[in-house]
Amino acid sequence: MSVAEELEQAVQKTNKISTTGEHPMEDFLRMDRIPHIWCPTCGIGVSVNCFAQALERCEIPLDNVVVVSGIGCTGRVAGYVKIDSYHTTHGRAIPFATGMKLANPKLKVVVFSGDGDLVAIGGNHLIHAARRNIDMTVICVNNFNYAMTGGQIAPTTPQGALLTTSPYGNYEAPFNLPFLVESVGAVYVARWTALHIHRQTDAMVDALRKPGFAFIEILAPCPTIYERRNKFGDGLDRLRWYYENSEIQHGADTKNVNIELRNKIIVGKFVDKERPTFLQSMNAHFKERLGDRYQHYEG
Amino acid sequence: MRVRIREKPFGNQKPKTTRGEIIIIDDRCKGCGFCVEYCPNDVLELAERFNAKGYHPPYVKNPEKCVDCGFCRMICPEFAIYSVEVKEENKEVVF
Amino acid sequence: MKSDPKGVLTGSHYMDGDYACCEGALAAGCRFISGYPITPSTEVVERFSQRIPLVGGIFIQMEDELAASIALQGAVWAGKKAMTVTSGPGFSLMMEHIGLAAMTECPCIFVNVQRGGPSTGLPTLPGQADMMQARWGSHGDYEIIALSPDSPQECFDFMIDAFNLSEQYRVPVMFMMDECVGHMTERVVIPKAEEIDIVPRKYTKKKPEDYLPFEPGPDMIPEMVKAGDGYRIHVTGLTHDYKGYPVMQADCQEELVHRLINKIRLNADKIVRYEEKDVEKADVVVISYGITSRVVVEAVALAKEKGIKVGTLRLIVVWPFAENKIRELANQGKALIMAEMNYGQIYYEVERCAAGKVPVLLAGHGGGMVHQPEDIAEKIMEAAKCLSQKN
Repeated sequence: MSVAEELEQAVQKTNKISTTGEHPMEDFLRMDRIPHIWCPTCGIGVSVNCFAQALERCEIPLDNVVVVSGIGCTGRVAGYVKIDSYHTTHGRAIPFATGMKLANPKLKVVVFSGDGDLVAIGGNHLIHAARRNIDMTVICVNNFNYAMTGGQIAPTTPQGALLTTSPYGNYEAPFNLPFLVESVGAVYVARWTALHIHRQTDAMVDALRKPGFAFIEILAPCPTIYERRNKFGDGLDRLRWYYENSEIQHGADTKNVNIELRNKIIVGKFVDKERPTFLQSMNAHFKERLGDRYQHYEG
Repeated sequence: MRVRIREKPFGNQKPKTTRGEIIIIDDRCKGCGFCVEYCPNDVLELAERFNAKGYHPPYVKNPEKCVDCGFCRMICPEFAIYSVEVKEENKEVVF
Repeated sequence: MKSDPKGVLTGSHYMDGDYACCEGALAAGCRFISGYPITPSTEVVERFSQRIPLVGGIFIQMEDELAASIALQGAVWAGKKAMTVTSGPGFSLMMEHIGLAAMTECPCIFVNVQRGGPSTGLPTLPGQADMMQARWGSHGDYEIIALSPDSPQECFDFMIDAFNLSEQYRVPVMFMMDECVGHMTERVVIPKAEEIDIVPRKYTKKKPEDYLPFEPGPDMIPEMVKAGDGYRIHVTGLTHDYKGYPVMQADCQEELVHRLINKIRLNADKIVRYEEKDVEKADVVVISYGITSRVVVEAVALAKEKGIKVGTLRLIVVWPFAENKIRELANQGKALIMAEMNYGQIYYEVERCAAGKVPVLLAGHGGGMVHQPEDIAEKIMEAAKCLSQKN
């Protein structure tokens, strides 16, 4: 069939092939900045879809939502969503979000950043915000490397992976992120892959509704660097791999959810508990110690 | 006293599955193939032709099978495909 | 706009510079401090943590200076006036975020109670060796405002000025105290709230459709908004256009960076502040700032006894530098002495502006204690001799 005939057939079958369209996401995105910079078959766009869906389901007015991100491929999410968004310095999205939340507790603060940004340079801030139980949702899109700068190893890179700064294979032991974040006090910890879109959305809904520090790790393919260098194919191949190799274990002991290069990965909602948030503790404590002299802090 | 309408055992309306219509924003597509792979009803297929960016976008292979589940919209990283519900006239099953 | 009486501790107090700095911040409307303890600045946040639950605001001790210096910017974008306090080693850590504040035009205060450096240095003894760092510490081209008080009373008064300047010019302001001023206890008179003028944040009145976050007004300064008001802005540290979107092009860089610099440089004559005494008839002028200017008073008295005609110029706003004044003094043929507690930092600015027309001498030392008046007096005599030899 010639190209013209095929196009004709396609038009007949689809009824519409538009060049602009009115995609339901267009209200949520800064359309003057689309197309975005992410590679073909990258998994970050999928998380943005799920995030938009989650916000809609929670019925949170978008004027009250703030997205803070750091530097990196996932960090660019802040630039594409049409809500108050702050693209801060490398690793410091979480303290910026802390300052923002404490100054105006009515805001719904979401930190959307990558594994290198949140866990390496931002590691200290991650553990302290979790310890303090600041009321925020942290969505960590984990592609196992520093993608924006060309594919260097990250603290989440599995042992044996080949990347630009580990040309003979990574010998460093990686973090087990759910274990790390649970141990420092996060109240909601979940891990899903880019394939698990409905479960990812559910996790985001749970996390947004949960008062306290909620952490969602999303394993996303990085076709240009991680998947290519480690012979995983492209993003679609990696999603097929996730389909075969991910096992859902809700409530699993986070000690056992390590990720190895070619072994099964465990996904699920691992932690969902209750703990007073920073502001709740602060208000309760000052009320107790200062009595009537203290005015409840609401922003 | 309300007259009880006897239910006709096999006369209830069949549950209707929704029907959907796919809209592809051609020039945004980067040919990743996620939608083709993960459509639960095998509605889509990658086309032989190229779009303006040089990728193979999807085309609707089996439009009658689309049920407007929204999976292609959610899994597309480029925001390049979505479906809308097609409302058909209600057909009463009459005995 | 007048200060909120809740934060103003009106009355006559006997307090040290750090406490006065905290009171000044509260009087100026600061309701958020993210701090990290470091000698000799810790007392500022200790006082704030004690006062703020009763005034109504937040104090949070962050896990490091990196977090402290960006948490306050989050608070600013959420609508509060915010500041952080630190000393030399912490100041070095905060540099990246001072750059971010300059780039995103975030009005905030960084208090640096200087101590002996470099590195861990002398934690409990004064220094004034961070002055160049306040101006040039972060990477890239940007301008900031820096003030230097010389007494606890000035710590109070100038904090209010610092907040006002920061809001007016949407720029991070460095409040350069030193350990001596910080730990010195003196009388501080705090006026009534209605006598304190504060500059409110310049929020826009435009509607969200018409508002561009970084579109400069006629004074080169954009109007601000806060998160949650429905403006849906994007703020980034990348080079950006009026909409706040990153633009990776040279002409955008030129426009943005040039404006960031010009908004201070072209308004320098309105920002610069100094105090001069006996300068008109003087042959020698001693320039100083901070605690050193109090020692200079004694040194000048000693020099006057020897018959030298000497005047003093005390810099209150150190950055932007008082270039025009120095050029004026140099044109009038007055020898200049820079007395500072370092081995030459603002000295180079003075030398640059003097442009070789007059002798410029440095009365400096490595920090650890204030100058001896005799040392400065000696320099004055040397300068007078230089001048007479030249003539």
